[in-house]
Amino acid sequence: MMSVAKIAAIGAAAVFAALFVGWWQVDGPGADPAPGKRPMPLSSMDFSLTDQDGRDVGPETLIGEPSLVFFGFTYCPDVCPTTLSDISGWLDELGPDAEDLNTVFITVDPDRDTVETMAEYVSYFHPQIQGWTGSPDQIAAIADGFRATYEKVEGGDGSYSMNHTAGVFLFDATGRFVSIIDYHEPREFAVPKIRRAMQNRTEGAEP
Amino acid sequence: MFKTFAKAIQSLSVALLMGLPMASSAQQMSDNASIVVENPWARSSLGTSRPGGAYLTVLNEGSDPISLIGLRAEISGMASIHETRTNSDGVSSMAPADDIMIPAGGMIALEPGGYHAMLMQLQSPLVEGETFSLTLLFSDGTELEITVPVLGIGARGPEG
Repeated sequence: MMSVAKIAAIGAAAVFAALFVGWWQVDGPGADPAPGKRPMPLSSMDFSLTDQDGRDVGPETLIGEPSLVFFGFTYCPDVCPTTLSDISGWLDELGPDAEDLNTVFITVDPDRDTVETMAEYVSYFHPQIQGWTGSPDQIAAIADGFRATYEKVEGGDGSYSMNHTAGVFLFDATGRFVSIIDYHEPREFAVPKIRRAMQNRTEGAEP
Repeated sequence: MFKTFAKAIQSLSVALLMGLPMASSAQQMSDNASIVVENPWARSSLGTSRPGGAYLTVLNEGSDPISLIGLRAEISGMASIHETRTNSDGVSSMAPADDIMIPAGGMIALEPGGYHAMLMQLQSPLVEGETFSLTLLFSDGTELEITVPVLGIGARGPEG
């Protein structure tokens, strides 16, 4: 027969465990972005940009294959080349499967990042990586759909930098947001996340 | 049997000898050997209009704390240490770093996503395969000039 104290202790432990699991999923590291911050499905977005080859691209360009999308700018000396190198490493690890994944770098600095600039910049990374730019309005539209933020920060000498959301967005083939791969997330976490999103594709492929 | 052993020793010593010059080029130190810089590297740049970024590790082998207070480089009109921060919303920003204290026997790493040498106003492009010189300025007046190899834009670390 268990003592009342023992039952109370077990009960209390169970409550704490439940609270912890709840916190983990809702506010803690296991949390999805808050509802207002969760990217919209690609099918609900409306934007029109230009890829590195001068072609018009929009949400429909991405839907049909899973997608990795990252916001940045080419004048960025640290985060952007590092992330694009990380992404290149993930794509290398995916091998031939990487061809079934849209991988897009979108500039938040369209004033300086022209189509030609984006074409040259992405050419230094994995060949699967595309570079999209567009009018400031259209960049704002896609960032809004992704709930991504960016902000121009003036330097003293006429130069400027951009603060921007640095995570890599992962969408499945139907255009549904799956998760964010955090800046500098180790490859052993990133690649399985991508593979899971790519599996959704086969499951979601049935009519 | 003995022959194989001798051969193994021989190839081992060759490996050691080959390893030596590599170690010395990866490590550069101040005259009194109290400050050691390891594994410097930079990414190549697209022309000169964008700032370049370089990384390295500084070891303080001395008996007193010392601070890294700045940078100077002929290749850059304005070289400084910057720090990347990513907030809880996942937004990254970059700002000039304060002096970085290195405790005696300690080290600091300038590495992707944290501190980096920000090379603004490039006087000439950083070209893959070439090197440039960078001077680290310390709080005790030490100025340590090091040679930084330039790797590709897509490099992830000192190994490429």
